[in-house]
Amino acid sequence: MPLIEAKGICVQIGTQEVLHDVTLRIDKGEIVTILGPNGSGKSTLLRALLGIIPTSHGSVTRKPGLGIGYVPQKLHIDRSMPMTARRFLSLPRRHGLAETDAMLARVGVPEVAERPMTGLSGGQFQRVLLARALLTRPELLVLDEPTQGLDQPGEAAFYRLIDEVRRDTGAAVLMVSHDLHVVMSASDRVICLNGHICCEGTPRVVSTAPEYRALFGLGTQGALALYQHVHDHDHTHDHEHHHHDHAHHGHDHA
Amino acid sequence: MITSTTITTTRITDMTMLDDFLIRAALAGLGVAAATGPLGSFVVWRRMAYFGDATAHAAILGVALALAADLPIGLGTLAIALVMAVTVATLAARGWAMDTTLGVLAHSALAFGLVAVSFVPDARTDLSAYLFGDILAVSKADLAYIWAGSLMVIGLVVWRWSALLTATLNEDLAAASGLNPDRERLILTLALALTVAVALKVVGALLIAAMLIIPAATARGLSRSPETMAILAALVGAGAVLGGLRMSLSLDTPAGPSIVAVAALAFTLSATLGRMRRG
Repeated sequence: MPLIEAKGICVQIGTQEVLHDVTLRIDKGEIVTILGPNGSGKSTLLRALLGIIPTSHGSVTRKPGLGIGYVPQKLHIDRSMPMTARRFLSLPRRHGLAETDAMLARVGVPEVAERPMTGLSGGQFQRVLLARALLTRPELLVLDEPTQGLDQPGEAAFYRLIDEVRRDTGAAVLMVSHDLHVVMSASDRVICLNGHICCEGTPRVVSTAPEYRALFGLGTQGALALYQHVHDHDHTHDHEHHHHDHAHHGHDHA
Repeated sequence: MITSTTITTTRITDMTMLDDFLIRAALAGLGVAAATGPLGSFVVWRRMAYFGDATAHAAILGVALALAADLPIGLGTLAIALVMAVTVATLAARGWAMDTTLGVLAHSALAFGLVAVSFVPDARTDLSAYLFGDILAVSKADLAYIWAGSLMVIGLVVWRWSALLTATLNEDLAAASGLNPDRERLILTLALALTVAVALKVVGALLIAAMLIIPAATARGLSRSPETMAILAALVGAGAVLGGLRMSLSLDTPAGPSIVAVAALAFTLSATLGRMRRG
């Protein structure tokens, strides 16, 4: 059974139809990226899949009791609310001291536990958001442009972390991005969105699809740039892959 | 204010009676502070200050209707406060410009309330009691009513604490955790209407919002977690009640405004301390 299945959903915001006839499913353990230009309805699609906003047509089916860890695109915490990172991790369900400490260490920010959320840097904030999502041991992790405001190394580290999490917990990952770089490296499947699904498939298939090029306005030159981009990235990917294999063996022995 | 003058003159002659009404007044004030502390924190976090005002001002209309229909005043204020709170919440959900809408609703509710009260002969004389409260004239029945309402508000807030907090922080985050933000908002709206009905007798319609916001704002600078802030806000409110009563007694000032004035002083102190610590 898929974790989430959407059949022909349409979403209307005000009088505007933001999503039209979108059908997709997320299966156990896969990493799916939704790619699209600004205003293409990416965040809206996530929110519809999570049941945060209603659909005007079609159906969204979530596996009963599906545990979802959600990292929203941006989260504004009002300064009027005092909130340490540790307290934030326990919303809405309480987690023990040891558990929250371990998770903050896992996402690489062990030092922020007692700091107010409003005083964290962009990168620290994103990691705390991720830690909160992971603490619920989700079967599905939903990330809405999770690396906004991170610098390049921070972004790379963030996606490495996501990949590790998937390996360790078997959680499926559904994320939104407009970053081609990330899509090529980290996804099993890419869905190109622009109000409707333009094309979908493995990153390699999608990157050569005409719809995709049309969507991102890539001429010959752009395609070439993309190719090089992909090429470049494959090196890092291979590199990471060795690393992963290694870690994986360790895990098997244990 | 009429009552407070009468009472000061009896102060010297009858000590037991003095004790009695003062204790009743203090207990009534503490009951209100216990509810306005935690609820006021939510009002501050959600930036609902004007919302509190609109609901409180509508209470005057509730008083007039209750008197005209010969119903208990508490019931009238609760019903009208609830109608107002739900109206505002609905308009907000429909995307009305909140600043203007609340400004219109808050002041028209007050104006219609005052006009309606003027048609009720008995109420006309007591108008200041409804506008500024009449804490020194709290009866035992009032006390029971205030504490029952206050305990209900506290019960609601404690029961839904985690869900309310998550929904207040971010509605999407709450929805993704399987909570219903609309339900939590409704619970806060209900709690607000209850608080208004309860606090009317103590600080009056004009100053209820002050009791919601000032103690919570005072507690903000001194707190590192939402829980501390809610509890501290209740304590600050309690301190303001006792200090305000004391001030009213020694300076013969109206009790409700005195309570709010003491709370405002506490806020100034807290804000100054906070600034000094940061700076």
